[in-house]
Amino acid sequence: MEKKIRVLVAKVGLDGHDRGAKVLARFLRDSGFEVIYTGLHRTPQEVAMAAVDEDVDVVGISLHSGAHLALVPKVINYIREYGGNPDEMLILVGGVIPTDDMEKLKEMGVDEVFIPGTPISEIVEFIKTELPRKRMRNESR
Amino acid sequence: MTRIDEKRKEWEEKCLKPWLEKAGQREERFETLSGVEVKTVYDPADIEHIDFVKDIGYPGEYPFTRGVYPNMYRGRLWTMRQFSGFGTAEDTNRRWKMLLEEGETGLSTAFDFPTLMGVDSDDPLADGEVGKVGVAIDTLKDFEILFDGIPLDQVSTSFTINPPAGIILAMYVAIAEKQGVPKEKIRGTIQNDMLKEFHAQNTLVLPPEPSMKIIVDIFEWGIEHVPKFNLISISGYHIREAGSTAVQELAFTIADGMAYVEAAMERGIDIDRLAPQLSFFFNSHNDFFEEIAKFRAARRMWAKIMRDEYGAKNPRSWWLKFHTQTAGCSLTAQQPLNNVVRTTIQAMAAVLGGTQSLHTNSFDEAWALPSEEAVRVALRTQQIIAYESGIPNTVDPLAGSYYVEWLTDKMEKLAWKYIEDIRKMGDGSMLRGVMRGIENGFFVREISDAAARYQREIEEGKRIIVGVNKFTIDEELKIPILKVDPEVQRRQIERLRKVKAERDNEAVKVALDWLRSAAENDENVMPPILEAVKCYATIGEIMGVLKEVYGTYKKPIII
Repeated sequence: MEKKIRVLVAKVGLDGHDRGAKVLARFLRDSGFEVIYTGLHRTPQEVAMAAVDEDVDVVGISLHSGAHLALVPKVINYIREYGGNPDEMLILVGGVIPTDDMEKLKEMGVDEVFIPGTPISEIVEFIKTELPRKRMRNESR
Repeated sequence: MTRIDEKRKEWEEKCLKPWLEKAGQREERFETLSGVEVKTVYDPADIEHIDFVKDIGYPGEYPFTRGVYPNMYRGRLWTMRQFSGFGTAEDTNRRWKMLLEEGETGLSTAFDFPTLMGVDSDDPLADGEVGKVGVAIDTLKDFEILFDGIPLDQVSTSFTINPPAGIILAMYVAIAEKQGVPKEKIRGTIQNDMLKEFHAQNTLVLPPEPSMKIIVDIFEWGIEHVPKFNLISISGYHIREAGSTAVQELAFTIADGMAYVEAAMERGIDIDRLAPQLSFFFNSHNDFFEEIAKFRAARRMWAKIMRDEYGAKNPRSWWLKFHTQTAGCSLTAQQPLNNVVRTTIQAMAAVLGGTQSLHTNSFDEAWALPSEEAVRVALRTQQIIAYESGIPNTVDPLAGSYYVEWLTDKMEKLAWKYIEDIRKMGDGSMLRGVMRGIENGFFVREISDAAARYQREIEEGKRIIVGVNKFTIDEELKIPILKVDPEVQRRQIERLRKVKAERDNEAVKVALDWLRSAAENDENVMPPILEAVKCYATIGEIMGVLKEVYGTYKKPIII
């Protein structure tokens, strides 16, 4: 049997809006992924630690706090610091994110940003196609 | 068989049936957003069991189905109160003055996450969050700037604040004192509703029991010292935003209200003294008639509960007065101008439902905090309803509609069922039932299941969201986006350091020690909190003492 893709769904920072994160976690699980949900109010260190400990393929960070530019790069840096390799993972961000910031997040190493209203099927599709592609790109380097 | 029944049968056979056979219909089954089945048409038989005098009646009289005031908006329009705040106190003070100049009639404060959670701007947990989703407040100094040039005897101010609600109320009292306004005269609302935080909104600091204790402290202190201030805003809004149905929003909010009243009565607080200082806060979502029915049902239920269950004597105590905000979760990032239309429909439902105050969302809020232009359109939406639509000219114009009366009754019945289940969980006590439901994850699970159901309907295309899963276009986002100055955090921390350097640190220590001893000895924490605030103790320091005494809370993970 093929190994299931492991996804960490994470809430980082002080923001308590967890509807999106929880609905996503449920639907990814129902779509055949292995899902770990961090629960609320995690620090970037805690999220990174969970990503490394759980050896996940995908880190999905949900923020509705406007703190994405400060917190997301920290998560990525800590993953590296704790011995994980963010280049081998998909780093996804979802939430209330202005368009200008999407580009900035991508420059910081985020693979895709999903805005409110994104069908979850689109996220599922993205993970399934982009995860192998990203790993292939890295191998050929 | 009555004449109506006969006529209906005939119509179904001779008129509807052949029509359906020929033309069909769009759906097999029609339902409200909450999943209540909706029939083709309603007639007097559907409301036969509803007694006009007993169940509907006249506005300003028990059971207040039609409104709490006898002439509603013919006397005074609802308060147009836009939730607003960002950056530093200076930034927010400027936005507030713009809103007041544009015709807003009440203030409503959005705090940033560190303030909401009771941590200071220089706390490592606050990094990146200072001033982002609301205004940053650390000490009374920030409040002085926030209310500069705003006379507290002339405005009413609402504060969306929960774990630190007592601290913010104390700050407002301290500002009033500095402005020479007696605290007995200040008007406004603190949200101060921790139960819905445990169910849905997740601004969680202290465990449920001490959270409840402090809320009752605020009741006890507030009825003595700030008799014109709403000491709680019992909120369904966030429950709905977290994904609940309208029925769950109604049921859980009323259940929470009952829990607060029971907690206050256990303390020995006179229900007729407390009741006028209770207020409610509901969401207004897309299903126009369901929302109107929900508001009407809420008023009728609360009147019955206060009079018949808790024995409140003063008719004023039977009122359910409420604030409404249009549904943030209904806004789409795609084709943002469509949100103006959604908000208009939702705002009309709130007004037809008899709200006391209203916040209309801005069209750009799926992207960021609203720009000035977007806020202006949102406020104008209310003003157009108020001054152009004619809606406010008569009270409860939808009363008597077969559908609206049937649906009002239906919402009430479905909500009562939930309330009875919760009461059972508490062995007859709503207070214990709600606390038990927090412990065992009942509320969270109910809401999560409803959120998942809603999402599944969208995924399957059963529920159409215009511009999202139908009528989509390729678009470039062209609306202006509000930018919060990235320097806010640095400036805020600088101010905090300066305040700490200049204040009387010995006085702060004495006040915080007093607070600790009050908390440890189960005394009312409000007097020492007021003292601490006046000495410029920080929100983080005050909450810090409460955390030391009561411990903190981590929410169990339920997906």
